[in-house]
Amino acid sequence: MIEVKNLYKSFNGKPVLKGISAVFETGKTNMIIGRSGSGKTVFLKTMLGLIKPDKGIISFDGRIWDQLSLDEQRQIRKEVGVVFQGNALFDSMTIEENIKFPMRMFTNLSPTEKKARVNEVLAQVNLEGVNDKYPAEISGGMQKRVALARAIVLYPKYLFCDEPNSGLDPKTAIIIDNLIHDLTIRYNTTTVINTHDMNSIMEIGEKIILLKDGHKQWEGDKSQIFFTDNPDLNDFVFSSSLFRKVKELVQKEGKF
Amino acid sequence: MYLETIGKFALMLKEVFKRPQKPKIFWENYFKEVDDLGIKSIGLVSFISFFIGGVVTIQTARNLNNPLIDKMYIGYATIKSIVLEFSPTFISIILAGIVGSYIASTIGTMRITEQIDALDVMGVNSLNYLVLPKVVAAVTFYPFLITISMFLGVFGGWVVGDLTGMVLSHDYLKGIRYTFDSFDIWYALIKTVVFAFFIATIPSYYGYYVKGGSLEVGRAATQAVIWTSVNIIIFNYILTQLLLS
Repeated sequence: MIEVKNLYKSFNGKPVLKGISAVFETGKTNMIIGRSGSGKTVFLKTMLGLIKPDKGIISFDGRIWDQLSLDEQRQIRKEVGVVFQGNALFDSMTIEENIKFPMRMFTNLSPTEKKARVNEVLAQVNLEGVNDKYPAEISGGMQKRVALARAIVLYPKYLFCDEPNSGLDPKTAIIIDNLIHDLTIRYNTTTVINTHDMNSIMEIGEKIILLKDGHKQWEGDKSQIFFTDNPDLNDFVFSSSLFRKVKELVQKEGKF
Repeated sequence: MYLETIGKFALMLKEVFKRPQKPKIFWENYFKEVDDLGIKSIGLVSFISFFIGGVVTIQTARNLNNPLIDKMYIGYATIKSIVLEFSPTFISIILAGIVGSYIASTIGTMRITEQIDALDVMGVNSLNYLVLPKVVAAVTFYPFLITISMFLGVFGGWVVGDLTGMVLSHDYLKGIRYTFDSFDIWYALIKTVVFAFFIATIPSYYGYYVKGGSLEVGRAATQAVIWTSVNIIIFNYILTQLLLS
Protein backbone atom coordinates (compact mmCIF):
# COMPACT_ATOMS: atom_id res chain seq x y z
CA MET A 1 0.00 0.00 0.00
CA ILE A 2 1.20 3.49 -0.82
CA GLU A 3 -0.05 6.34 1.30
CA VAL A 4 0.31 10.00 0.38
CA LYS A 5 -0.52 12.74 2.88
CA ASN A 6 -0.87 16.44 2.20
CA LEU A 7 1.53 16.60 -0.75
CA TYR A 8 2.60 20.03 -2.03
CA LYS A 9 4.88 20.93 -4.91
CA SER A 10 5.55 24.24 -6.67
CA PHE A 11 7.78 25.16 -9.60
CA ASN A 12 9.15 28.72 -9.66
CA GLY A 13 6.46 29.80 -7.24
CA LYS A 14 3.66 28.21 -9.28
CA PRO A 15 1.85 25.55 -7.23
CA VAL A 16 1.28 22.27 -9.08
CA LEU A 17 0.29 19.92 -6.26
CA LYS A 18 -1.89 21.53 -3.58
CA GLY A 19 -2.18 19.22 -0.59
CA ILE A 20 -3.03 15.89 -2.20
CA SER A 21 -3.77 12.94 0.06
CA ALA A 22 -4.50 9.46 -1.26
CA VAL A 23 -4.19 5.76 -0.51
CA PHE A 24 -3.23 3.29 -3.24
CA GLU A 25 -4.23 -0.22 -2.34
CA THR A 26 -2.26 -3.43 -2.79
CA GLY A 27 -3.45 -5.87 -5.46
CA LYS A 28 -5.54 -3.20 -7.17
CA THR A 29 -5.16 -1.07 -10.27
CA ASN A 30 -5.27 2.45 -8.86
CA MET A 31 -5.76 5.17 -11.43
CA ILE A 32 -4.89 8.84 -11.37
CA ILE A 33 -6.97 10.65 -13.94
CA GLY A 34 -7.29 14.24 -15.02
CA ARG A 35 -6.79 16.63 -17.87
CA SER A 36 -3.38 17.51 -19.28
CA GLY A 37 -1.70 19.94 -16.88
CA SER A 38 -3.71 18.77 -13.87
CA GLY A 39 -0.54 17.61 -12.06
CA LYS A 40 -0.79 13.85 -12.74
CA THR A 41 2.77 13.38 -13.97
CA VAL A 42 4.26 15.57 -11.23
CA PHE A 43 2.26 13.56 -8.68
CA LEU A 44 3.54 10.27 -10.09
CA LYS A 45 7.14 11.47 -10.35
CA THR A 46 6.98 12.79 -6.80
CA MET A 47 5.84 9.39 -5.57
CA LEU A 48 8.71 7.84 -7.54
CA GLY A 49 11.22 10.14 -5.83
CA LEU A 50 12.19 11.82 -9.11
CA ILE A 51 10.78 15.14 -7.85
CA LYS A 52 11.24 16.27 -4.26
CA PRO A 53 7.99 17.53 -2.71
CA ASP A 54 7.88 20.86 -0.87
CA LYS A 55 5.77 19.33 1.87
CA GLY A 56 3.94 16.09 2.57
CA ILE A 57 4.50 12.44 3.35
CA ILE A 58 4.83 9.45 1.03
CA SER A 59 4.96 6.03 2.64
CA PHE A 60 5.46 2.59 1.11
CA ASP A 61 3.82 0.01 3.36
CA GLY A 62 4.51 2.20 6.38
CA ARG A 63 8.04 3.16 5.35
CA ILE A 64 8.09 6.96 5.15
CA TRP A 65 10.30 7.97 2.22
CA ASP A 66 11.81 11.11 3.78
CA GLN A 67 12.75 9.33 6.97
CA LEU A 68 14.69 6.56 5.24
CA SER A 69 18.43 6.40 4.72
CA LEU A 70 19.75 6.40 1.15
CA ASP A 71 20.32 2.64 1.36
CA GLU A 72 16.74 2.10 2.55
CA GLN A 73 15.42 4.33 -0.26
CA ARG A 74 17.50 2.33 -2.74
CA GLN A 75 15.95 -0.85 -1.33
CA ILE A 76 12.45 0.53 -2.01
CA ARG A 77 13.50 1.51 -5.53
CA LYS A 78 14.38 -2.14 -6.17
CA GLU A 79 10.79 -3.00 -5.25
CA VAL A 80 9.43 -0.53 -7.80
CA GLY A 81 8.70 -1.23 -11.46
CA VAL A 82 7.92 1.66 -13.79
CA VAL A 83 6.48 1.87 -17.29
CA PHE A 84 7.22 5.33 -18.64
CA GLN A 85 5.05 7.16 -21.13
CA GLY A 86 7.73 6.87 -23.83
CA ASN A 87 8.73 3.38 -22.58
CA ALA A 88 12.28 4.57 -21.71
CA LEU A 89 13.87 1.43 -23.12
CA PHE A 90 17.65 1.69 -23.44
CA ASP A 91 18.05 2.03 -27.18
CA SER A 92 21.67 0.86 -27.19
CA MET A 93 20.61 -2.49 -25.72
CA THR A 94 18.67 -5.39 -27.20
CA ILE A 95 15.29 -6.35 -25.75
CA GLU A 96 16.92 -9.15 -23.74
CA GLU A 97 19.61 -6.81 -22.41
CA ASN A 98 16.96 -4.25 -21.46
CA ILE A 99 15.02 -6.78 -19.41
CA LYS A 100 18.18 -8.29 -17.93
CA PHE A 101 19.49 -4.88 -16.86
CA PRO A 102 17.80 -4.66 -13.40
CA MET A 103 18.86 -8.27 -12.69
CA ARG A 104 22.45 -7.51 -13.67
CA MET A 105 22.53 -4.44 -11.43
CA PHE A 106 20.81 -5.86 -8.36
CA THR A 107 21.01 -9.65 -8.31
CA ASN A 108 23.68 -12.31 -8.40
CA LEU A 109 21.73 -14.68 -10.61
CA SER A 110 23.69 -16.85 -13.04
CA PRO A 111 23.47 -16.09 -16.78
CA THR A 112 21.21 -19.14 -17.25
CA GLU A 113 18.85 -18.01 -14.50
CA LYS A 114 18.71 -14.49 -15.93
CA LYS A 115 17.99 -15.80 -19.41
CA ALA A 116 15.23 -18.06 -18.03
CA ARG A 117 13.64 -15.13 -16.18
CA VAL A 118 13.80 -12.94 -19.31
CA ASN A 119 12.00 -15.61 -21.30
CA GLU A 120 9.48 -16.09 -18.50
CA VAL A 121 8.49 -12.40 -18.32
CA LEU A 122 8.44 -12.11 -22.11
CA ALA A 123 5.99 -15.01 -22.17
CA GLN A 124 3.89 -13.29 -19.49
CA VAL A 125 3.53 -10.23 -21.71
CA ASN A 126 2.85 -12.45 -24.74
CA LEU A 127 6.01 -11.46 -26.54
CA GLU A 128 8.41 -14.22 -27.47
CA GLY A 129 11.26 -14.48 -29.95
CA VAL A 130 12.25 -10.81 -29.92
CA ASN A 131 15.20 -11.21 -27.53
CA ASP A 132 17.86 -10.07 -29.99
CA LYS A 133 15.97 -7.17 -31.53
CA TYR A 134 16.60 -3.54 -30.62
CA PRO A 135 13.74 -1.30 -29.35
CA ALA A 136 13.75 0.66 -32.62
CA GLU A 137 13.06 -2.58 -34.54
CA ILE A 138 9.73 -3.36 -32.85
CA SER A 139 6.34 -1.62 -32.81
CA GLY A 140 5.07 0.81 -30.15
CA GLY A 141 2.76 -1.83 -28.64
CA MET A 142 5.61 -4.34 -28.47
CA GLN A 143 7.87 -1.73 -26.86
CA LYS A 144 5.19 -1.14 -24.23
CA ARG A 145 5.14 -4.87 -23.47
CA VAL A 146 8.92 -4.93 -23.18
CA ALA A 147 8.74 -1.96 -20.78
CA LEU A 148 6.19 -3.93 -18.74
CA ALA A 149 8.40 -7.03 -18.82
CA ARG A 150 11.38 -4.98 -17.57
CA ALA A 151 9.20 -3.44 -14.86
CA ILE A 152 8.13 -6.81 -13.45
CA VAL A 153 11.36 -8.74 -13.85
CA LEU A 154 12.42 -8.22 -10.21
CA TYR A 155 8.96 -9.14 -8.84
CA PRO A 156 8.03 -5.55 -7.87
CA LYS A 157 5.79 -4.69 -4.93
CA TYR A 158 4.83 -1.39 -6.58
CA LEU A 159 4.10 -0.89 -10.27
CA PHE A 160 3.79 2.60 -11.75
CA CYS A 161 2.57 3.23 -15.29
CA ASP A 162 2.59 6.70 -16.82
CA GLU A 163 0.08 6.96 -19.68
CA PRO A 164 0.58 3.30 -20.69
CA ASN A 165 -1.76 3.64 -23.67
CA SER A 166 -0.45 6.79 -25.25
CA GLY A 167 0.20 6.34 -28.94
CA LEU A 168 -1.43 2.91 -29.13
CA ASP A 169 -4.44 1.87 -31.19
CA PRO A 170 -7.61 1.07 -29.14
CA LYS A 171 -7.27 -2.71 -29.44
CA THR A 172 -3.59 -2.78 -28.43
CA ALA A 173 -4.41 -0.32 -25.63
CA ILE A 174 -6.99 -2.73 -24.19
CA ILE A 175 -4.52 -5.62 -24.43
CA ILE A 176 -1.95 -3.57 -22.49
CA ASP A 177 -4.59 -2.59 -19.89
CA ASN A 178 -5.55 -6.19 -19.33
CA LEU A 179 -1.91 -7.20 -19.11
CA ILE A 180 -1.31 -4.61 -16.39
CA HIS A 181 -4.39 -5.83 -14.54
CA ASP A 182 -3.33 -9.49 -14.83
CA LEU A 183 0.20 -8.69 -13.65
CA THR A 184 -1.20 -6.72 -10.71
CA ILE A 185 -3.12 -9.80 -9.59
CA ARG A 186 -0.29 -12.25 -10.37
CA TYR A 187 2.39 -10.29 -8.45
CA ASN A 188 -0.01 -8.70 -5.94
CA THR A 189 1.45 -5.28 -6.69
CA THR A 190 0.24 -1.86 -5.67
CA THR A 191 -0.32 -0.55 -9.19
CA VAL A 192 -0.67 3.15 -9.89
CA ILE A 193 -1.62 4.20 -13.42
CA ASN A 194 -1.62 7.71 -14.76
CA THR A 195 -4.08 8.05 -17.58
CA HIS A 196 -6.69 10.14 -19.32
CA ASP A 197 -7.83 7.26 -21.48
CA MET A 198 -11.52 6.60 -20.78
CA ASN A 199 -11.40 3.05 -22.10
CA SER A 200 -8.66 2.22 -19.58
CA ILE A 201 -10.62 3.75 -16.75
CA MET A 202 -13.71 1.71 -17.60
CA GLU A 203 -11.72 -1.46 -18.29
CA ILE A 204 -9.46 -1.75 -15.24
CA GLY A 205 -10.13 1.22 -12.93
CA GLU A 206 -10.54 -0.42 -9.53
CA LYS A 207 -9.75 2.76 -7.65
CA ILE A 208 -9.85 6.13 -9.35
CA ILE A 209 -8.59 9.53 -8.23
CA LEU A 210 -9.44 12.63 -10.23
CA LEU A 211 -6.99 15.53 -10.12
CA LYS A 212 -7.82 19.05 -11.16
CA ASP A 213 -5.50 22.04 -10.84
CA GLY A 214 -3.34 20.18 -8.33
CA HIS A 215 -6.27 19.20 -6.06
CA LYS A 216 -7.91 15.81 -5.58
CA GLN A 217 -11.47 16.38 -6.79
CA TRP A 218 -12.98 12.93 -6.58
CA GLU A 219 -12.22 9.37 -5.49
CA GLY A 220 -14.11 6.17 -6.20
CA ASP A 221 -14.30 3.14 -8.51
CA LYS A 222 -15.44 2.73 -12.08
CA SER A 223 -19.01 1.75 -11.17
CA GLN A 224 -19.44 4.90 -9.06
CA ILE A 225 -18.42 7.12 -11.96
CA PHE A 226 -21.87 6.75 -13.55
CA PHE A 227 -23.77 7.73 -10.44
CA THR A 228 -21.79 10.68 -9.12
CA ASP A 229 -22.91 14.28 -9.43
CA ASN A 230 -19.38 15.68 -9.12
CA PRO A 231 -19.30 18.33 -11.86
CA ASP A 232 -15.55 18.12 -12.45
CA LEU A 233 -15.68 14.35 -12.90
CA ASN A 234 -18.71 14.51 -15.18
CA ASP A 235 -17.10 17.25 -17.20
CA PHE A 236 -13.94 15.18 -17.64
CA VAL A 237 -15.33 11.66 -18.07
CA PHE A 238 -18.45 12.40 -20.07
CA SER A 239 -17.03 14.99 -22.43
CA SER A 240 -17.77 12.78 -25.46
CA SER A 241 -21.32 12.10 -26.66
CA LEU A 242 -20.58 8.35 -26.73
CA PHE A 243 -19.83 8.26 -23.01
CA ARG A 244 -22.83 10.50 -22.25
CA LYS A 245 -25.01 7.90 -24.02
CA VAL A 246 -23.33 5.08 -22.08
CA LYS A 247 -23.99 6.99 -18.86
CA GLU A 248 -27.69 7.38 -19.69
CA LEU A 249 -27.97 3.65 -20.41
CA VAL A 250 -26.13 2.63 -17.23
CA GLN A 251 -28.23 5.00 -15.11
CA LYS A 252 -31.39 3.59 -16.70
CA GLU A 253 -30.30 0.03 -15.82
CA GLY A 254 -29.12 1.15 -12.38
CA LYS A 255 -25.78 -0.77 -12.48
CA PHE A 256 -22.51 -0.97 -14.43
CA MET B 1 24.86 32.40 -13.16
CA TYR B 2 28.37 31.09 -13.92
CA LEU B 3 28.90 30.39 -10.22
CA GLU B 4 25.65 28.41 -10.14
CA THR B 5 26.80 26.37 -13.15
CA ILE B 6 30.19 25.70 -11.57
CA GLY B 7 28.50 24.64 -8.33
CA LYS B 8 26.12 22.33 -10.18
CA PHE B 9 29.05 20.91 -12.15
CA ALA B 10 30.94 20.24 -8.88
CA LEU B 11 27.90 18.48 -7.39
CA MET B 12 27.65 16.39 -10.55
CA LEU B 13 31.30 15.34 -10.18
CA LYS B 14 30.63 14.34 -6.57
CA GLU B 15 28.02 11.85 -7.78
CA VAL B 16 30.17 10.73 -10.73
CA PHE B 17 33.18 9.84 -8.60
CA LYS B 18 31.44 7.34 -6.37
CA ARG B 19 32.30 3.67 -6.23
CA PRO B 20 30.50 1.87 -9.10
CA GLN B 21 27.54 -0.18 -7.92
CA LYS B 22 28.65 -3.18 -9.99
CA PRO B 23 32.38 -3.13 -10.86
CA LYS B 24 31.86 -5.77 -13.58
CA ILE B 25 29.32 -3.55 -15.38
CA PHE B 26 31.59 -0.53 -14.93
CA TRP B 27 34.47 -2.30 -16.70
CA GLU B 28 32.19 -3.47 -19.51
CA ASN B 29 31.06 0.13 -20.00
CA TYR B 30 34.65 1.35 -19.75
CA PHE B 31 35.80 -0.82 -22.67
CA LYS B 32 32.75 0.21 -24.69
CA GLU B 33 33.60 3.87 -24.08
CA VAL B 34 37.26 3.30 -25.01
CA ASP B 35 35.95 2.02 -28.33
CA ASP B 36 33.37 4.80 -28.82
CA LEU B 37 35.42 7.75 -27.60
CA GLY B 38 38.94 6.62 -28.45
CA ILE B 39 39.46 3.83 -30.94
CA LYS B 40 36.87 5.24 -33.35
CA SER B 41 38.79 8.54 -33.37
CA ILE B 42 42.16 6.99 -34.24
CA GLY B 43 41.58 7.17 -38.00
CA LEU B 44 40.70 10.86 -38.10
CA VAL B 45 43.38 11.84 -35.58
CA SER B 46 46.01 9.94 -37.59
CA PHE B 47 44.91 11.50 -40.88
CA ILE B 48 44.91 15.05 -39.48
CA SER B 49 48.21 14.62 -37.62
CA PHE B 50 50.10 13.25 -40.62
CA PHE B 51 49.07 16.09 -42.93
CA ILE B 52 49.43 18.86 -40.34
CA GLY B 53 52.95 17.54 -39.67
CA GLY B 54 53.63 17.88 -43.39
CA VAL B 55 52.19 21.40 -43.52
CA VAL B 56 54.22 22.51 -40.48
CA THR B 57 57.40 21.26 -42.19
CA ILE B 58 56.61 23.08 -45.44
CA GLN B 59 55.78 26.35 -43.67
CA THR B 60 58.86 26.14 -41.46
CA ALA B 61 61.08 25.37 -44.47
CA ARG B 62 59.69 28.40 -46.34
CA ASN B 63 60.36 30.67 -43.36
CA LEU B 64 63.86 29.34 -42.70
CA ASN B 65 64.98 29.80 -46.30
CA ASN B 66 68.31 31.31 -45.33
CA PRO B 67 71.64 29.69 -46.27
CA LEU B 68 73.06 30.66 -42.86
CA ILE B 69 70.44 28.64 -40.95
CA ASP B 70 71.03 24.91 -40.69
CA LYS B 71 68.24 22.85 -42.34
CA MET B 72 68.05 20.64 -39.28
CA TYR B 73 66.13 23.45 -37.57
CA ILE B 74 63.15 22.58 -39.80
CA GLY B 75 62.91 19.19 -38.05
CA TYR B 76 63.59 20.85 -34.71
CA ALA B 77 60.77 23.40 -35.19
CA THR B 78 58.38 20.73 -36.46
CA ILE B 79 58.81 18.40 -33.48
CA LYS B 80 58.49 21.29 -31.03
CA SER B 81 55.28 22.57 -32.69
CA ILE B 82 53.74 19.12 -32.90
CA VAL B 83 54.65 17.84 -29.44
CA LEU B 84 54.16 21.00 -27.43
CA GLU B 85 51.06 22.43 -29.02
CA PHE B 86 49.47 20.80 -32.02
CA SER B 87 48.94 17.25 -30.73
CA PRO B 88 47.88 17.89 -27.14
CA THR B 89 45.90 21.09 -27.64
CA PHE B 90 44.53 21.18 -31.16
CA ILE B 91 43.78 17.48 -31.38
CA SER B 92 41.97 17.87 -28.04
CA ILE B 93 39.89 20.71 -29.48
CA ILE B 94 39.08 18.54 -32.50
CA LEU B 95 38.11 15.72 -30.10
CA ALA B 96 35.97 18.19 -28.12
CA GLY B 97 34.02 18.75 -31.34
CA ILE B 98 33.68 15.11 -32.35
CA VAL B 99 33.41 13.35 -29.00
CA GLY B 100 31.92 16.24 -27.02
CA SER B 101 28.90 16.58 -29.29
CA TYR B 102 28.49 12.78 -29.29
CA ILE B 103 28.50 12.60 -25.48
CA ALA B 104 26.16 15.58 -25.00
CA SER B 105 23.67 14.36 -27.59
CA THR B 106 23.57 10.71 -26.42
CA ILE B 107 23.15 11.62 -22.75
CA GLY B 108 20.74 14.45 -23.67
CA THR B 109 18.61 12.04 -25.72
CA MET B 110 18.59 9.61 -22.80
CA ARG B 111 17.37 12.47 -20.60
CA ILE B 112 14.49 13.60 -22.83
CA THR B 113 13.36 10.01 -23.53
CA GLU B 114 13.23 9.32 -19.75
CA GLN B 115 15.97 6.66 -19.94
CA ILE B 116 17.85 8.49 -17.17
CA ASP B 117 14.65 8.63 -15.08
CA ALA B 118 14.34 4.87 -15.63
CA LEU B 119 17.87 4.36 -14.26
CA ASP B 120 17.14 6.61 -11.27
CA VAL B 121 13.90 4.91 -10.27
CA MET B 122 15.63 1.52 -10.50
CA GLY B 123 18.04 2.79 -7.82
CA VAL B 124 20.98 3.14 -10.22
CA ASN B 125 23.26 6.17 -9.69
CA SER B 126 22.76 7.40 -13.25
CA LEU B 127 25.64 9.92 -13.20
CA ASN B 128 28.07 7.32 -11.95
CA TYR B 129 26.77 4.70 -14.38
CA LEU B 130 26.80 6.96 -17.45
CA VAL B 131 29.64 9.42 -16.89
CA LEU B 132 32.37 7.65 -14.87
CA PRO B 133 33.25 5.11 -17.61
CA LYS B 134 33.51 7.99 -20.11
CA VAL B 135 35.84 9.99 -17.85
CA VAL B 136 38.08 7.02 -17.07
CA ALA B 137 38.13 5.96 -20.74
CA ALA B 138 39.07 9.45 -21.95
CA VAL B 139 41.69 10.06 -19.26
CA THR B 140 43.38 6.70 -19.81
CA PHE B 141 43.10 6.41 -23.58
CA TYR B 142 43.68 9.95 -24.86
CA PRO B 143 47.36 10.07 -23.80
CA PHE B 144 47.82 7.03 -26.03
CA LEU B 145 45.89 8.73 -28.84
CA ILE B 146 47.94 11.92 -28.52
CA THR B 147 51.15 9.88 -28.55
CA ILE B 148 50.04 8.39 -31.89
CA SER B 149 49.27 11.90 -33.09
CA MET B 150 52.73 13.17 -32.09
CA PHE B 151 54.47 10.28 -33.82
CA LEU B 152 52.42 10.63 -37.01
CA GLY B 153 52.80 14.43 -37.06
CA VAL B 154 56.57 14.18 -36.90
CA PHE B 155 56.53 11.29 -39.37
CA GLY B 156 54.32 13.30 -41.75
CA GLY B 157 56.79 16.19 -41.58
CA TRP B 158 59.64 13.84 -42.43
CA VAL B 159 57.81 12.25 -45.39
CA VAL B 160 56.65 15.60 -46.83
CA GLY B 161 60.03 17.26 -46.30
CA ASP B 162 61.77 14.42 -48.08
CA LEU B 163 59.22 14.16 -50.95
CA THR B 164 59.26 17.91 -51.64
CA GLY B 165 63.03 18.13 -51.24
CA MET B 166 62.65 20.99 -48.77
CA VAL B 167 64.66 19.17 -46.12
CA LEU B 168 66.86 16.12 -46.43
CA SER B 169 66.07 13.09 -44.30
CA HIS B 170 69.42 13.31 -42.60
CA ASP B 171 68.85 16.96 -41.59
CA TYR B 172 65.28 16.35 -40.46
CA LEU B 173 66.25 13.38 -38.28
CA LYS B 174 69.13 15.33 -36.83
CA GLY B 175 66.74 18.22 -36.04
CA ILE B 176 64.15 16.13 -34.25
CA ARG B 177 66.87 14.70 -31.98
CA TYR B 178 68.52 18.05 -31.37
CA THR B 179 68.27 19.08 -27.70
CA PHE B 180 65.46 16.55 -27.25
CA ASP B 181 63.87 16.99 -23.83
CA SER B 182 61.67 14.17 -22.59
CA PHE B 183 59.84 16.66 -20.35
CA ASP B 184 58.20 17.99 -23.52
CA ILE B 185 56.42 14.66 -23.84
CA TRP B 186 55.40 14.70 -20.17
CA TYR B 187 54.16 18.27 -20.54
CA ALA B 188 52.03 17.23 -23.53
CA LEU B 189 50.64 14.19 -21.74
CA ILE B 190 49.81 16.13 -18.56
CA LYS B 191 47.88 18.64 -20.67
CA THR B 192 46.17 15.77 -22.50
CA VAL B 193 44.92 14.20 -19.26
CA VAL B 194 43.42 17.53 -18.12
CA PHE B 195 41.82 18.15 -21.52
CA ALA B 196 40.49 14.57 -21.63
CA PHE B 197 38.78 15.21 -18.31
CA PHE B 198 37.06 18.28 -19.77
CA ILE B 199 36.11 16.44 -22.98
CA ALA B 200 34.31 13.76 -20.96
CA THR B 201 32.76 15.82 -18.16
CA ILE B 202 31.61 19.13 -19.68
CA PRO B 203 29.53 17.55 -22.48
CA SER B 204 28.14 15.04 -19.94
CA TYR B 205 27.01 17.98 -17.81
CA TYR B 206 25.24 19.68 -20.72
CA GLY B 207 23.62 16.42 -21.82
CA TYR B 208 22.56 15.29 -18.36
CA TYR B 209 20.83 18.51 -17.36
CA VAL B 210 19.12 19.23 -20.70
CA LYS B 211 15.42 20.10 -20.51
CA GLY B 212 12.98 20.08 -23.40
CA GLY B 213 13.14 18.24 -26.72
CA SER B 214 15.41 17.52 -29.65
CA LEU B 215 16.06 21.20 -30.31
CA GLU B 216 17.42 21.64 -26.78
CA VAL B 217 19.58 18.52 -27.18
CA GLY B 218 21.11 20.10 -30.30
CA ARG B 219 21.72 23.34 -28.41
CA ALA B 220 23.23 21.44 -25.49
CA ALA B 221 25.65 19.69 -27.87
CA THR B 222 26.72 23.05 -29.31
CA GLN B 223 27.14 24.58 -25.84
CA ALA B 224 29.12 21.53 -24.77
CA VAL B 225 31.59 21.92 -27.65
CA ILE B 226 31.95 25.66 -27.06
CA TRP B 227 32.59 25.41 -23.32
CA THR B 228 34.88 22.41 -23.63
CA SER B 229 36.97 24.30 -26.20
CA VAL B 230 37.01 27.45 -24.05
CA ASN B 231 38.20 25.47 -21.04
CA ILE B 232 40.87 23.72 -23.09
CA ILE B 233 42.21 27.04 -24.34
CA ILE B 234 42.18 28.65 -20.87
CA PHE B 235 43.78 25.65 -19.16
CA ASN B 236 46.31 25.35 -21.97
CA TYR B 237 47.55 28.78 -20.97
CA ILE B 238 47.43 28.03 -17.22
CA LEU B 239 49.24 24.69 -17.55
CA THR B 240 51.86 26.15 -19.88
CA GLN B 241 52.50 28.93 -17.40
CA LEU B 242 52.72 26.43 -14.55
CA LEU B 243 54.82 23.77 -16.26
CA LEU B 244 57.10 25.66 -18.62
CA SER B 245 57.74 29.04 -17.10
